[in-house]
Amino acid sequence: MDASSLSPVLDPILARWGRTPDRLLQVLREAQDATGWLSPELLAATARSLGLPLAHVRGVASFYSFLALEPAGEYRVLLSDGVTDRMDGSLELGERLCRRLWAEPDHTAGDGLVSVRRTSCTGLCDQGPAALVNGIAIPRLDGRVVDAIADLILARRPLDTWPVDLFSIPTNVRREDVLLRHGLSPGVAIAAALARNGAAPAGMIAELRASGLRGRGGAGYPTGNKWASCEAAPGESRYIVCNADEGEPGTFKDRVLLAREADLVFEGMTLAGHAVGATRGLLYLRGEYRYLLDSLEATLARRRAAGLLGATAGGGPAFDVEIHVGAGAYICGEETALLESLEGKRGIPRNRPPYPVTHGYLGRPTVVDNVETLCAAALIAVHGAVAWRRLGTTQSSGTKLLSVAGDCTRRGVYEFPFGVTVREVLEAAGADDPIAVQVGGPSGTLIDCAEFERHLSFEDLPTGGAFTVFGRGRDLFEVARQHVHFFAHESCGFCTPCRVGTSMLASVMDKIHDGHGSRHELAELDRLTSVLGNGAHCGLGHTAMNPVRDTITRFAPSYERRLASADFAPAFDLDAALAPARRMTGRDDPASHLGEGS
Amino acid sequence: MTQTFLLDGAPVPFEPGQTVLQAALAADRYIPHLCYHPEFRPHGSCKLCTASVGGRLVATCTTPPEAGLVVDSETAQLREVRRTLVQMLFAEGNHFCPSCEKSGNCQLQAQGSDLGVTTAGFRHLYPDRPVDASHPDAWIDFNRCVLCELCVRASDEVDGKHVFALAGRGLTKHLIVNAPSNRLGDTTFAASDEAMQVCPVGAILPKRVGFAVPIGSRRYDQRPVSAQALDDAPRPAGRSP
Repeated sequence: MDASSLSPVLDPILARWGRTPDRLLQVLREAQDATGWLSPELLAATARSLGLPLAHVRGVASFYSFLALEPAGEYRVLLSDGVTDRMDGSLELGERLCRRLWAEPDHTAGDGLVSVRRTSCTGLCDQGPAALVNGIAIPRLDGRVVDAIADLILARRPLDTWPVDLFSIPTNVRREDVLLRHGLSPGVAIAAALARNGAAPAGMIAELRASGLRGRGGAGYPTGNKWASCEAAPGESRYIVCNADEGEPGTFKDRVLLAREADLVFEGMTLAGHAVGATRGLLYLRGEYRYLLDSLEATLARRRAAGLLGATAGGGPAFDVEIHVGAGAYICGEETALLESLEGKRGIPRNRPPYPVTHGYLGRPTVVDNVETLCAAALIAVHGAVAWRRLGTTQSSGTKLLSVAGDCTRRGVYEFPFGVTVREVLEAAGADDPIAVQVGGPSGTLIDCAEFERHLSFEDLPTGGAFTVFGRGRDLFEVARQHVHFFAHESCGFCTPCRVGTSMLASVMDKIHDGHGSRHELAELDRLTSVLGNGAHCGLGHTAMNPVRDTITRFAPSYERRLASADFAPAFDLDAALAPARRMTGRDDPASHLGEGS
Repeated sequence: MTQTFLLDGAPVPFEPGQTVLQAALAADRYIPHLCYHPEFRPHGSCKLCTASVGGRLVATCTTPPEAGLVVDSETAQLREVRRTLVQMLFAEGNHFCPSCEKSGNCQLQAQGSDLGVTTAGFRHLYPDRPVDASHPDAWIDFNRCVLCELCVRASDEVDGKHVFALAGRGLTKHLIVNAPSNRLGDTTFAASDEAMQVCPVGAILPKRVGFAVPIGSRRYDQRPVSAQALDDAPRPAGRSP
């Protein structure tokens, strides 16, 4: 495609996003949607239009997994490669799909029709295995669905004519509490918050502080304090950012909130804007949830028409919301990486201090809150701090949404008051014979059956919402190994310990897996733990060791049975290295192998 | 009155705007570092300058001090972390010191020498990184790049040319240049650019001046990097090393 033929594609996109460099990622994403991949000509034209160096544009484009710098096929299939997807048979289904399509995994077919690749957990763990086709999610893959997808692709049927039931994603809400059965009409929470703000000296922020609400993304920072700091920070303009980049493997409760409670999310953003004096909100939607964009935009349009957004949002000061869509980068769930990504850059976590409440989006005071936190704030606006405190524990007030998946019969979203025990959740979910639960995803804590009486709360077991059940027969070493590879894949590469350390970790775990492990490798794991925990730039690096740490202490036999007895065994296997020579000569007889007696 | 923090038990004065590392160097107190350069805004990626600051392990090059803050740097644990970080960098790239033109002038090598690193300690990753010799006066050996971004910062902030940028993510992160061909010879780069002078390792080198100074008489052959860094540190007016 030459430069002149790009204008019809690029111009409307640039016009929609307003030719500013901070919209680079959104422009690239939409340009790829239109053309299938980001050609060198397209990158050059984008760079020229936005006044950016070409190298900068290439740097950004190459950071995000979903952006393709080489032709990726008319149909781009990404198979979700979460731990639960694999438990549900995703690897075998992927092979089946490739066979049916005559496709080689990780390569674009020679005729340019299709590519099949794997991607990090897509947040459909309650209805996996899942895939994304040209960015749109398809849940519940099985042999029949995979064959149907292959037939549709081979017949070159346009994606928008595929049977709609392929794309149907139920919310699977299994237990409702105050949040999921809020019953509030649009506008009610904003009005309640405005009334509180009007009633000096209290106000919405004071109510929030009194409620003890803490961030639902996992870190648990007191939300009221965050809003107060932002409100007090000097600056001409402020921003509310909703972190809907739910990337922690095993988590999907924000997807359910965005699909079912979008009004409540925007309500929370609006009243946050009123509370801190922000007129603009940005919602950063995980790229994997791209299929929700149209319904979210429709909700925004409806709210604008109803006067709940715009010049006098819900009867209060002006506020409006813009949605940005991510492009496949777990690290962008980290709040400062998310801000960088919102500014159209590579998602590299910032140095802190300064914190986003004083120097956030475009350097302005910014509140960054999780989807669920904003919903909870809306609830507190209506029902007050006392009602919220009635639920949960002393330091963990209110309820928590849990994404329950893995080896249980009733997977889905559960809303429990904080303080619920692991066992209670397991029983509600119909987990018959669990041996371990990963609370809070791979960056959280993996516990065994001796700890099922522990409580989900900031005091005991904090969680961002993932609750992944492993039943008897599951190999926890393999779970840890898969997660270590996940972190290596998702490391942004900024700091030495995480960039190199996560890959070293993956190669040590692979070596143990391959049967070449020894005490040397266990010592190596210790060394890597120390340097990641002590040196890494952000939470990704600090927690990348958690799956190994937890499985090695609780499921030591799954490591020990793999260890060779020696203090050291080399990873290099001479017989395996001869495999290409055997393949080339068509031999596999005993004499072509090294081994005992040869 | 000047405010101070405590570095390994001894007071270090600091001024507003300085970071812990900058204040320490200005006070003749050394903390190992690699991606930090006195002429550029601290960046905090190599993590060699990590120290315990008020009980938290953070990069001192980007952390602002506070009066009375307790900073511990010369501990056995931190020396081990730094050694491991240098080993990681050696294992990540392809570093062959004996045949490298930068040997003796290389900060990675000098750090390794200072910290007592004798082996890479990890499996070498042996990445495949072709050399770019397309420019008439300079060449890039990506095998030796440690991704400190000093050339990126220098080209952006001093040269005003935006010649360099980073691409990729994680272990695939790599340096690129600003030309459709991705060749240095097709950029506006000149051998006089600060971006080349500032490279701490042998990644961006001038052509035709190899081994003009014999090995054994080079910068870190004379004095260790810990002493050189203190000589180079900018000091507030009125204070001398």
